[in-house]
Amino acid sequence: MVAAATSRLESLCSRTAVPATSLLLLAGATGLLVGSLRSSIFAQLTVQGLALGSVYGSLALALVLVYRATHVVNFAQGELAMATTYVAWQLIQWGLSYWEAFAVTLAIAFVLGTVLQVVLIRPVQHRSVIAAVIVTVGLFILIDGVVDWVWGSALKFMPSPFGTKTYDVGGVSISRLYPGMFLVVLASVLLVWALFRFTKLGLAMRAAALRPAESALVGVRVDWMLAIGWGLAAVLGAVAGLMAEPSQFVLQPTLMQPILVYAFAAAVLGGLESPAGAVIGGLAIGVSLTLVVQYVHPITSDLQTPVAFAVLVGVLLLKPSGLFGQREVRRV
Amino acid sequence: MTALLELEDVEARYGPVHVLHGISLAVEEGSVVAVLGPNGAGKTTTLRAVSGTVRRAGRIRFAGRALDRLGPAAVARLGVAHVPEGRGTFSELTVWENLRLGGYTRRGSIQPELERVFTYFPWLSERRRQQAGTLSGGEQQMLALARAFVHRPRLLLLDEPSLGLAPVLVAELFRIVRELNEDEGLTVLVVEQNAHLALQAADAGYVLEAGRVALAGTSAELRADDSVRRSYLGY
Amino acid sequence: MRHRLPELGSLLAVAVLLSVLPFTLSDYNISLVAQVGIFFVAVLGLNILTGYTGQISIGHGAFMAIGGYTTAVMSRDHDTNLVVTMLMAFAICFVVGLLVGLPALRLSGVYLALATFALAVSVPQLPLKWSKFLGGSGGVQSHRTVTHLWLYGAAWIASAILFALAWLILRGRIGRAFRAARDSEIAAVASGIELPIYKTLAFGISAAYAGVAGALFVMGTNGFAQPSEFGVFLSLQLLVGAAVAGLGSLWGILAGAAFVGLLPTVSGSVPVIGSAHGRNVVFGAAVILVMLLLPEGFAGLLTRLRRLARA
Repeated sequence: MVAAATSRLESLCSRTAVPATSLLLLAGATGLLVGSLRSSIFAQLTVQGLALGSVYGSLALALVLVYRATHVVNFAQGELAMATTYVAWQLIQWGLSYWEAFAVTLAIAFVLGTVLQVVLIRPVQHRSVIAAVIVTVGLFILIDGVVDWVWGSALKFMPSPFGTKTYDVGGVSISRLYPGMFLVVLASVLLVWALFRFTKLGLAMRAAALRPAESALVGVRVDWMLAIGWGLAAVLGAVAGLMAEPSQFVLQPTLMQPILVYAFAAAVLGGLESPAGAVIGGLAIGVSLTLVVQYVHPITSDLQTPVAFAVLVGVLLLKPSGLFGQREVRRV
Repeated sequence: MTALLELEDVEARYGPVHVLHGISLAVEEGSVVAVLGPNGAGKTTTLRAVSGTVRRAGRIRFAGRALDRLGPAAVARLGVAHVPEGRGTFSELTVWENLRLGGYTRRGSIQPELERVFTYFPWLSERRRQQAGTLSGGEQQMLALARAFVHRPRLLLLDEPSLGLAPVLVAELFRIVRELNEDEGLTVLVVEQNAHLALQAADAGYVLEAGRVALAGTSAELRADDSVRRSYLGY
Repeated sequence: MRHRLPELGSLLAVAVLLSVLPFTLSDYNISLVAQVGIFFVAVLGLNILTGYTGQISIGHGAFMAIGGYTTAVMSRDHDTNLVVTMLMAFAICFVVGLLVGLPALRLSGVYLALATFALAVSVPQLPLKWSKFLGGSGGVQSHRTVTHLWLYGAAWIASAILFALAWLILRGRIGRAFRAARDSEIAAVASGIELPIYKTLAFGISAAYAGVAGALFVMGTNGFAQPSEFGVFLSLQLLVGAAVAGLGSLWGILAGAAFVGLLPTVSGSVPVIGSAHGRNVVFGAAVILVMLLLPEGFAGLLTRLRRLARA
């Protein structure tokens, strides 16, 4: 009875909280639109920020999926994405076209993510936060080492997936790259969302993450669902890596390190357990970082990660459940 | 008739605490069997030993197959539905999603099962989009039962279904269980504090005490037994 | 008292070993053991935080950076005695640690890990922004450099002093309060322990230790403080060291320090993978294996061995 009462209360709270959040988002979107209409540089930066933000959001979503499934924050998520991007580079070297390599890479990422969960995470999952964190930290170092060992640290270059043309929208010229990035990431995120929302497998994955014991009782193979969750996260990460590469124009082992921090900030901003929050958080971080660096003078691009850090800590202190987090149960 | 479920010398423990010290019991196909006993006797643990949600030793056979090495998901896939104490609904998911999970092990459409369940619980059909956590306690218990029916199990394990329910609902719940048993031959192993009610619905029963079977017999025999009358029936 | 004797014995053994070593080792190996001493200081400090108060930090490389830059800048601008710069590094990092510890009070577990990780990534960016004062990506060159032997002595004397300090802090009231904070916050508050003060204090102390380690670290890189030397990797190394160390025994911390101080360097010479490029393969794999095989770190392994020996 108490449980039912509290959950009712929670749903009421979230129902009243959502309008506040959506008002905030609406205001932000309006601001961006007005700004874009008045200044073409602002418009270009907004498009660029949204594209970068979608990459952050995609990696943040990967983190959230992993966190929901296994209550582990995967510090190696970014390095995993970096490694799969190298795989794509290698495939292209071997003669595949960009988009063939893209597809094969996603498949490899899925297998990799699944195997890593089974081999490395399952043994420490129920141990302690620190143990799980350190295993992912070890994985971070290991992946870094493998990439360095196999491919070296020299810069690599990939063909541009979207060509070099620019669009002309009402006098604002926009590189094809940014809308391309945005759409590819958006499509992947929507596919993953549809998988979770509309398929039996997705339902079982959600159930396994929410209530593993009860899920097993209805016949769901919980361990497998969690492993598949890691696989999907690796796929989203791979998309993020592949789309981050053209925005930086080079491929190097540190590709994803700052992006991981932005993704952490995005995931926390959206609420660590909220997939939609992660994506919206990513977009918000992407747009605001891009605009702030341009328009707020003391803050240069060197300060992007410190600003993301400030956002992260600020959100954690002011509203630890994030914009979309529903409940924050703190176990003492 | 052969026994659908057979436990032989089953032991179980939580960490260092031994809860079952060698339980043996049998559930005939198509029967309803009640497990009675005081708190801490090991009733819930007996069900958990069958469904594989506790570490156990000893022989457990279900429809000719050994269960004692299988985990809960594998047991469920063989056609055992366990409705745990405290309902175990997915309160974050909708009613429909809960039912869909009940039919997780079934291939293809679960439409026939859903329709059958809606004849027993018509209100579920109208509230399929509602979040399960917003249902009342009694409704959640009914949902848990409905979810188990969608599973179409050969064996239903019911743990304390009457806990926290209004008497009217308890009676309704047992009526439905009995009806499914008679109409479809569903086999049921039920743990129940309310011995009176349980023995009314059951064909046979076991009384557990301190992790052992203290008494076994048909419902009529148990009802007639002096010690059962004094301890559990209260007259 | 009885159980303290072997501890005293091992202290003596370590002390004797460390004072003999410089006479037998090559100059290069002296620098390696000095490296272990530097990590000893940092891991010891982090161990106070993670081991005793249960707070996780993936950001202690940031404090090492602050300590290192303190030394380099003071030496560059004022030719300050290096020992004095170490004391300054201790003091500055203690204060910064307290400041970081305050918001950390409201974070726990995974959230604290995230925030400190972001700190580790952010701090090395600051020299790029204030490049006049902090040297930009090129770094800051100290006015003086030191020999390997000097560094060896400094690192291990600092280790000894800070180990004694940690022992003094942890054996008394403060140590009990730290442990209470880890084991049960509610119980600690109920028994009148001022949790916020102690948790913040633990952060300050461990940051100060990292600061000293950072100062030594810069002396070890020819007095050169550079952002790339203080990247995320360093923070990860420290956390791994603390985890390998397990809970607060001298041997555990030595093992943790040796693990992260030596392994990345030594594993460059592992055959097959070999080469400087592959060294993190060995190191990363070792980290994962240790976590899977030694859940309670090296200290836990020792306890288990002792139990076996007794049985």
